[in-house]
Amino acid sequence: MTALSIDNLRKTYKGGVQALRGISLEVEKGDFFALLGPNGAGKSTAIGIICSLVNKTSGQVKVAGYCLDRERAQVRRQIGLVPQEFNFNQFEKVFDILVTQAGFYGIPAWIARERAEHYLRRLGLWEKRDNAARTLSGGMKRRLMIARALVHEPEVLILDEPTAGVDIELRRSMWEFLSELNRRGKTIILTTHYLEEAESLCRGIAIIDHGVIVENTNVRALLEKLQVETLVLDLAQPLSQAPEIGEFSIHLRDPRTLEVEVPRGTPINEIFLELARHEIPVMSLRNKTNRLEELFMRLVEQNLPGEQY
Amino acid sequence: MSWYQLWVAFGTIVVKEVRRFLRIWPQTLLPPAITMTLYFVIFGNLIGRRIGEMGGFDYMQYIVPGLIMMSVIQNSYGNVVSSFFGTKFQHSIEEMLVSPMPNLVILLGFIAGGMARGLCVGLIVSLLALFFTSLHMEHAWITVLVVVLTSALFSIGGFINAIFASKFDDIAIVPTFILTPLTYLGGVFYSIDMLSDFWRGVSMLNPIVYMVNGFRYGVLGVSDVNVAASLVTIALMTLALFCYAWWLLHRGVGIRQ
Ligand SMILES: Nc1ncnc2c1ncn2[C@@H]1O[C@H](COP(=O)(O)OP(=O)(O)OP(=O)(O)O)[C@@H](O)[C@H]1O
Ligand SMILES: [Mg+2]
Repeated sequence: MTALSIDNLRKTYKGGVQALRGISLEVEKGDFFALLGPNGAGKSTAIGIICSLVNKTSGQVKVAGYCLDRERAQVRRQIGLVPQEFNFNQFEKVFDILVTQAGFYGIPAWIARERAEHYLRRLGLWEKRDNAARTLSGGMKRRLMIARALVHEPEVLILDEPTAGVDIELRRSMWEFLSELNRRGKTIILTTHYLEEAESLCRGIAIIDHGVIVENTNVRALLEKLQVETLVLDLAQPLSQAPEIGEFSIHLRDPRTLEVEVPRGTPINEIFLELARHEIPVMSLRNKTNRLEELFMRLVEQNLPGEQY
Repeated sequence: MSWYQLWVAFGTIVVKEVRRFLRIWPQTLLPPAITMTLYFVIFGNLIGRRIGEMGGFDYMQYIVPGLIMMSVIQNSYGNVVSSFFGTKFQHSIEEMLVSPMPNLVILLGFIAGGMARGLCVGLIVSLLALFFTSLHMEHAWITVLVVVLTSALFSIGGFINAIFASKFDDIAIVPTFILTPLTYLGGVFYSIDMLSDFWRGVSMLNPIVYMVNGFRYGVLGVSDVNVAASLVTIALMTLALFCYAWWLLHRGVGIRQ
């Protein structure tokens, strides 16, 4: 069963910006899916179309089997959206925001009040229920939007950069909360810039850049694609020239830093033997970047902008 | 959505709208009370005594229906234009757009909210007027019909204005340059029978003339225009603007990119 299926979706904004150039995507029910991409890639546009905030130019969207064009109301009922920007009435009380949102879905106040209490408690906002939304901190506002997205109990939860501007501790607890929801069967789709987030939370993943999907797979398969790892060695003494070590490609980033590319499955002992033979003491060793990040950069570079940009 | 769910959604908007104008009552309910009291004191009492009779009533009595209508018009319009523009501006309109609620319910909800404020202020102003003069309803049903329709009409007007508005200035232009002049020239303070034929003809093109006179007929039993024509005019305009607003929402003008 697919929770979301997108087929050849295009969006050209007034003024001619082509935000989406025919993306296709499937997300299985129960998946925890990441949509990754740099600024301006088209993530929010895609989400906007799925959630009826943006009109598509062409293409097909189906949510839980319902077609966006013909069964709008059912599609909307299936989705809970946590948008990128705060979009609640700043002057309304936290509790009222949730009850009102439920009301828009036709949920009567007596049920809505129970649900509002439930979700506010789970997200640690119950104490703030009578405060105007504008008096909350940024992290609390984000959690308020998560509670609001859940109050009509949707099948699919979509979060557009949920952890932007959220400190590490809160980010962890948010991840835990989302994982728990996912374990209980909710399909979750999130966009993010934090690759660590996708790596530790998600199963399915798509990378979008300049309105095109450059990769759509699962996180594990994606990591396997990463054939080469770069090790960074900090040296005790400056060098003027990189030493030669077998087949490894090495370069000197600065006199005290060596970068060695290691193909997957190759032991790295030889590197140290050779360095010892050259009497080059190594003080420390680390990975160049998050591996996913590296892959991501490579995929995005291959997809350098076409004539439209 | 089922009928019950539609009703819940509609009620949700109305409650939200009423809560809004009650929460900010010093900006919504108090100003018309003060302004209208000043009108009653200055025009009705002080100047009115020198004017004497108009249309067979003393001046105070004559202007009270017009002033009530004026506040209903301004407040119905003002409520919807600022509230709906506010939801656009803060993006909280997205809360409605992502929900399965049909456009028609959104439109009706905001109209009802505008009418609630317009009629609430109308009531406050009527009660204040009782301190200065006596009012008895000659034709209660006509009074109610005219005021309800007028309030609906200007609520829709405010809605349309907010749809097109993209900055705060845009919501002040229509009230300042169109509504206020039309209201002042709409026979609130004088009988259009006092005008020359030409200006009388011009005045007949002003829709507010029909509303003020329809209401005045309901309260005092006198009118410069045919009351049936008044009612039909207001009803047709309301219907036309309603359809236009609904169509704009359907097209997503100013709301969905
Ligand atoms: N309302 C709009 N009108 C015109 N162009 C727009 C509009 N919204 C977005 N765009 C353009 O569409 C492209 C995609 O934007 P979008 O917001 O979807 O990117 P994103 O992937 O969400 O980026 P970010 O990570 O920065 O949030 C960008 O070039 C942006 O300038
Ligand atoms: Mg975005």
